[in-house]
Amino acid sequence: MRQALLVAPILIPLAACAITAMLWQRPAAQRRVGLAAAVAMLLATLALLAEVIGGGMVVGQMGNWPAPFGISLVVDHLSAAMLVITGVMGLAVAIYAMGEGAEERDRAGFQPLFHALLMGVAGAFSTGDLFNLYVWFEVMLIASFGLLVLDRTREQLDGGIRYVMLNLVGTTFFLLAVGLVYGLTGTLNLADLARVAPTVENQGALAAAGMLLLIAFGAKAAVFPLFNWLPASYHTASMPVAAIFAALLTKVGVYAIIRVFTLVYAHDHALFGPVLGIVAMATMVVGVLGAAAHYDIRRILSFHIISQIGYMLVGVALMTPLAIAGSVLYVIHHIVVKANLFLVAGAVRRRGGSFALRRLGGLWLAAPLLGIGFLIPAMSLAGIPPLSGFWGKLVVIRAGLEAEAYVLAGVALAVGLLTLYSMVKIWNEAFWKAAPEALPAAPWTRAERFATFAPIVLLCGVTLTIGFWTEPFAAFSLDAAEVLLDREGYIAAVLGTPPAQLAEVAR
Amino acid sequence: MDASLILRVSAPLLLWVPMAVSAYLLVRGHNEPGGGFVGGLVASAGLVFYAISRGQGAALRAMRLPPASWCGIGLLLGLGSGLLAWIDPSAGYLTHRWWFPDIGFKLPIGTALVFDIGVYLTVIGTITAMVFALLGEEAA
Repeated sequence: MRQALLVAPILIPLAACAITAMLWQRPAAQRRVGLAAAVAMLLATLALLAEVIGGGMVVGQMGNWPAPFGISLVVDHLSAAMLVITGVMGLAVAIYAMGEGAEERDRAGFQPLFHALLMGVAGAFSTGDLFNLYVWFEVMLIASFGLLVLDRTREQLDGGIRYVMLNLVGTTFFLLAVGLVYGLTGTLNLADLARVAPTVENQGALAAAGMLLLIAFGAKAAVFPLFNWLPASYHTASMPVAAIFAALLTKVGVYAIIRVFTLVYAHDHALFGPVLGIVAMATMVVGVLGAAAHYDIRRILSFHIISQIGYMLVGVALMTPLAIAGSVLYVIHHIVVKANLFLVAGAVRRRGGSFALRRLGGLWLAAPLLGIGFLIPAMSLAGIPPLSGFWGKLVVIRAGLEAEAYVLAGVALAVGLLTLYSMVKIWNEAFWKAAPEALPAAPWTRAERFATFAPIVLLCGVTLTIGFWTEPFAAFSLDAAEVLLDREGYIAAVLGTPPAQLAEVAR
Repeated sequence: MDASLILRVSAPLLLWVPMAVSAYLLVRGHNEPGGGFVGGLVASAGLVFYAISRGQGAALRAMRLPPASWCGIGLLLGLGSGLLAWIDPSAGYLTHRWWFPDIGFKLPIGTALVFDIGVYLTVIGTITAMVFALLGEEAA
């Protein structure tokens, strides 16, 4: 049962991708299959999370090839949480995508690509093998490129080309690093790597490979200075696509950084800690300043993704249990909030007729539900208590102070303030000021209205739950941090005790 | 498209010979070089040739299902081949299961073959979808 649960988050989207591809000419049927699969995936990930909390790490060897020869799937607390949040996002976006423009999107192949993307994300969160992680990155890249250019407009192709080029460079670095690591250690299984990495003689070369990995994951996660592809492409995507990208794609990079640098490169923290700290600070500042300069909702939100990535890296930079717990809590909170803001932006576009703040206005009077739907995630993003973002920031900043990283904590505080500025800017312009031109009459059909607002309300509910009932989430994050820092436990769970002495250090 | 008479007449041959070769490659892949991927490539070469000589409509009719469906069936076969692993619930996904029926000689049947057929169909679906899209662009 554990084995079936372990692969279910990968197999369900795969099956959905296959079935929706078979139903190519029947968009309505595709949509039903897609929705059913999204529900099934959420349930499966929840069951997996319960299994992990109840019975510890779930490990499986694909094809029964023993680790480190075969590919291991390993789901610990962090992976399980990321999978659940993937399930939640998949369902929210699947519902949202049934709203405006569903027919054209599905004719263009939205459903198979969307589920392929979910499969790639779930695979990346589940795998315990460095090369397998690379493969899942490629699956994600291909699916996301297809999704990005769904409408086949000139603007989208332009954004799509930049996206693919810069991401290809990132994955090439990844491949180089994988080659180097394999040459140095003779293994790519993460647990086995964690075992042999401290004993490698040529630590300099291993650190160089680590730096390449950091570049590759950093490009995925859109950290400073590798973030350029994100603002160049995200604003061109159609809204459901932008929401799922904003929620999951960069976070896979963050997850990979957390996983590899707490597990394989933990012994080299003296080198990577400061690097990550500086990158985190620069990312926070550059992102938030970029957002402050823009007046298009999608661009503001895109830059905020970058800024928030910085907070998530603080945990790995400090490597204390509290800091890592803060990162985990922050990632979970951020995915929900960010995706929700993109969903709201889509609804704003529909109701107010534009993404440009200059041409919007009066939405608070015209659509109060939309206003509340914006306020909750926006204030949470800025870190206003008692919403989820406040707790995330609180833990991250407190961890910074405890580790005596005062600059880092100070930057995190200041960036929070600037985030508030951007959010208030959107609020003032789009919702509060009088409409510069008459709003179009309420354009939603009943079904569209439901498809648009149900996910927004659902995600607001998640944000409020994390905000008002923080205790279990905080406790879970601390558990996750403890599991992440317990490298011996991970190695034993994957390789068995005593670990099979199979990969020899190359001399 | 105005293909020459010779090409049009020989088109069926150029479809079925690669198909037969691809099936041979698929089965040969069991223990020797070959397999679903290269088999699929050869088969789609035949289909593409057919599309060039007789037109896309004829090729699609010969395929019966649209390329995306071929991909879908292939993916489902690949997925399904791993499910038999759970005859033993503690085994990892994709654990191979073998069956050697004795019909005069030992016939090796296993989940690997199912997986390979899945790869074969997926490759055919992908390649034909891509090439037909390019051919369509040329015609337009």
